[in-house]
Parts: sequence; C-alpha cells; structure tokens
Amino acid sequence: MSNTLSALSIREFREGLIKKEFSCKDVIDATYDRIHAIENDVHAFLTLTEESARAHANEVDKKIAHGADLAPLEGVPVALKDNMMTKGIRTTAGSKILDAYTAVYDAGVVQRLKKQGSILVGKTNLDEFAMGSSTENSAYGPTKNPHDLSRVPGGSSGGSAAAVASDECIFALGSDTGGSIRLPASLCGIVGLKPTYGSVSRHGLIAMASSLDQIGPMTRCVEDASMVFDAIKGPDPFDSSSACAQTKPVTPYLNASIKGLRIGVPEEYFIDGMDADVEREVRTAISHLKSLGATVIPINLPLSQYALSVYYVLQPAEVSANISRFDGIRYGYRTKDAKDLAEVYTHSRGGGLGQEVRRRIMLGTYVLAAGYYDAYYKKAQEVRSSVRRDFYNAFRLCDCIVSPASPVLPFLLGEKSADPLTMYLVDIFTVSANIAGIPGLVVPCGFVERQGHALPVGMQFLGRHFDEQTILRVGHQYEKSTEWHKRKPAISSVNT
Amino acid sequence: MPISRKDIQHIANLARLALSPEEEERFENQLSSILEYVSQLQEVDTVQGEYQYQVEGLKNSMDQDEVRVCDEDTRQGILAAFPERAGDLLKVKGVFHE
Repeated sequence: MSNTLSALSIREFREGLIKKEFSCKDVIDATYDRIHAIENDVHAFLTLTEESARAHANEVDKKIAHGADLAPLEGVPVALKDNMMTKGIRTTAGSKILDAYTAVYDAGVVQRLKKQGSILVGKTNLDEFAMGSSTENSAYGPTKNPHDLSRVPGGSSGGSAAAVASDECIFALGSDTGGSIRLPASLCGIVGLKPTYGSVSRHGLIAMASSLDQIGPMTRCVEDASMVFDAIKGPDPFDSSSACAQTKPVTPYLNASIKGLRIGVPEEYFIDGMDADVEREVRTAISHLKSLGATVIPINLPLSQYALSVYYVLQPAEVSANISRFDGIRYGYRTKDAKDLAEVYTHSRGGGLGQEVRRRIMLGTYVLAAGYYDAYYKKAQEVRSSVRRDFYNAFRLCDCIVSPASPVLPFLLGEKSADPLTMYLVDIFTVSANIAGIPGLVVPCGFVERQGHALPVGMQFLGRHFDEQTILRVGHQYEKSTEWHKRKPAISSVNT
Repeated sequence: MPISRKDIQHIANLARLALSPEEEERFENQLSSILEYVSQLQEVDTVQGEYQYQVEGLKNSMDQDEVRVCDEDTRQGILAAFPERAGDLLKVKGVFHE
C-alpha cells in the first residue's frame, strides 16, 4: 500500500483525499518511506524537509476533517530543484560556495505553491548552478537513473527527474536553460514542460542565463504537468520579464481532439550519429500521432544546426555576469587565507566554484571581452533572431512541432564527463526552444533495451509562444492512447 | 581561433578566478575546441545589428521607484548569511592600504 500512495497522480491524490480513502498523513508517510528505502541508491535529494512536511500534512488532514475546501494542489508532496529559494531552508544550487546558505525569501513559484498548500518534501540535486546535462557536476555527487543505477538521469534537473520517476514525490519543479527539464525528463521516462520564456516567474531562481532560464513542472503524466503549470504561471512584479499574456487555465482543454491538427516534423532533428533505436521509437510515435487524426507534415528549420553554437556563446556570457555575484563578500563561502581583498575574490571563487562553472565563466568572459564581442556575442545575438524567425515561419505551416528530445539514451556515469563538447552536444534538440523562447514538452514514447535494462525514450513537442495549451493537448492525447508513462523504473521493485 | 596561455591568464584575472597551472593548460585546450565549434556562426548570413535582447517582445517593463521596507526576519536572515560580521556590519578586508 505505502508504495502506491506516493505514486498517485495529482487527480488521484485529490479524489482519494476528498473521499477519505487515505489521509494526507498516509501519503507523506508513504513518500518518506519510499525516500528512505531508495535514496542511498538514487541520491535525488540534497536536503529533506521531513519535519515541516509531516506537520503540514496534519494541518491538511485537520482542514479536511472540518470540511474545508482544498486548493487544487493542496497537500500534494512536491520536490524542488535546489536552485529555487526556499525561506529558512538550505539552498545550495549544487555548489560548495552555497554549502551553508539558508535562503532569506521564497521564490515566486514557491510563494505560489505555498498559497496552494503543496507540501515541500525536499530540495533536489542538480549540476552546479544548473550547468550540465547529467547531474554529475553537482558538488554533492551525482544522482543515478532509477531505470539503471549505472547511468545518469540527465541534467541539470536530474534530482527532480529521478525523484518523480521513482515515486519519491508526486511532482517536482525543475529549471530549463538549454534543456535542463526536458533532457532529464526524457532520460528518466517522465513528463517535463519548459514553458514559454516569461510565463513563469524567475524571481528567486538562482540565475544561470537570465534570457534563457525558465521554471517548469516535472511529472508522471501530462495532466499533472498542466495542473502544475496552471498553478505557477502568471505575471510577477518581481520579475520584469514575466508576461501577462497568459492567465487562462490550460487544463480544461486537454481533452479536445487533435483531429486535423497540423504537426510539423523537422528533418534537421534526425541527425547523423543519433542513436538508431531512439530514432526508430520517435518515428513510430509520430506515426501513432497520425493514427489519432493529426496531419503530420514535413517542415524545415534550416538554422537548427547553429542553435547549439548560439547557446554556447550567449549562455556562458550571461553566466559570467550572473555568477560574478558569488565573490565571498555578502554570503556564501569566503576563503580564510587571503592576504588582501583581491585574493578574497579570486580564492573564494577558485575554492567555491567547480570545474564546469569556472569553464563557463572563462568562456563567457572571453566572448564578452573587448576585441571578441562583435565576432562572438553580437554575431550570436543576430543568429538568435534568425533562429526565432525560423520557428515563426514554421508555425505558419503547422500548429506544433514534434522531434526527439535527446539524441542518446541515458549514458553511463562518467561516459561523457572528460570532454565538455561531447556533453554539450546532448542538448542539441532542446536548446532551440530556449533560444527562441518557445515552450517545449517532453513525454515518454518508448523503451530500448541496453545490457538488460529497459531505458526510456522521450519525444518533444514545441509550440508557439504562449501556446502551451496545444502541446499539452497533443501530449495528453498521445499519452491517453499509449502505456509508456505507466512503466515503472527498475528501482520500483525495491521494497519499502 | 586557438586561445593562448596569456589569454587564459588575462581572462582569469578579469573574472577574478584563481587557476592552477594545470587548470590553465586544460582550459587552454578546452576553450580552444569550444570556440572552434561555435565559430561556425560566421557562416550564417545575418543583418548586422539586427537583434533584440528580449525574446517575447516586452518593452520598457518598469517598476515604481519606491523604497520597500525589509521585515526584521529577512534582515536577520541577510545578516546571518554574512561570512564575517562586526555587530550588524559586514566585515571585509580593507580596500586601501597604507
């Protein structure tokens, strides 16, 4: 019994709670039983908030006993990526430089979830400052893929993805700068939504690349992702880039048919060198969309091959500016052995920041330096506009786009960590959405056997600006007619 | 365009990062290969200066220029995060030397 309660969908949770089939306490108990049984193997969490979660569950149960109305996400156990500020709770961003840091305010999304009454289970592991594609760059050790513990969960929201896949929470939030929600969702066989840039507040998200970062839901089904998105989206006076364009809920539209919907398939997204089994599974899924009545049409996104280069100029440039606030002065790690102020900066940063973060600061500082700015930064900004126009043109011909989410299956721990460029290439299908600011949804669409383990494959839907509704609807219709999202990872057989 | 050891040391200084000699060597190689990869951007025909900083087209997002008070709880949290303090003051090494 306890195993299944932390595996509920948000709708099942809510219905069961209202019908008094179980209490909120039962679900929180089951959630922590699960966490304690498998965390040694999975390592999805950096901090657990067990005491406050149990107290909170009792309050929810009291509310139910008094017959009070529940908010849509009330009592739902949630895990948050540890780059989101949570007042009074340790917030590390996966970095040693924030090892002892306690957040002094709540992020915009955290305020919204608190208002809904969701229960924080803990803070999840990530690549340091969200820089990475495997969660191996965490200063606190890697998270493992629940489908095969010798493999990576993807990154940078690998802790959130693994926690959702292995039923350590009902939903999680991740952040996505170049694929950090969608890639781990794909590699862990769950659903991940990167909303349109500006739909969800970035206030209190520890910034990586501010023109690309976006927070979104990671869930076990599309309906959950849609419900969470409805709860966290909307303008925030503390984020000047948050937009008012979208305030209507999208969940009521999930069940509309996709008959006649035009889905574009960009051939540029089926590149040489991608895993042949991944390609086959995604192409099979696309045929399935046809059988649901969608019109599948070939489209072109000719600048796709340049998106990763745009990303690896603009993103490190923004990183070098954002991470400059970690200088050992007002918070975070400060070196003890500096002889003057200059050494406080250089040694605190040198000692507190990991390899990948330093590498990106160096790269970003270089492309912004006098003499290189025009050739790299300015050129990349111009190509960024062209990539955006590419999508704009494509969306005249189709209502949404479908592609693979990742060119590879979950890879082995350590397999790609020696060469940064090899690791960067994993994001090749996801970065374009951040470059253009459009929404992207990943849903599981197949499994491939490797060394005795069934490994998940994900499919990505891309939509127009602020049109999450269409991609969620297609994702939901696809999911309803398949069974992939019901497959449990190998770690699920561990007894609680 | 290959990047030299001197470039690496110059950038590290600009970014206020202390690097070990081994790290300098590693970054010299890694940054060179990343820069070589992204140099493919030069192939793309673009109109010079045609770009925007903001993807969703928002313009002049302004906020009222007013002072907001910080509650005591938050103030204490900020003070507690100081690496070194003297009372309620942030303690740092001197900027000027005699």
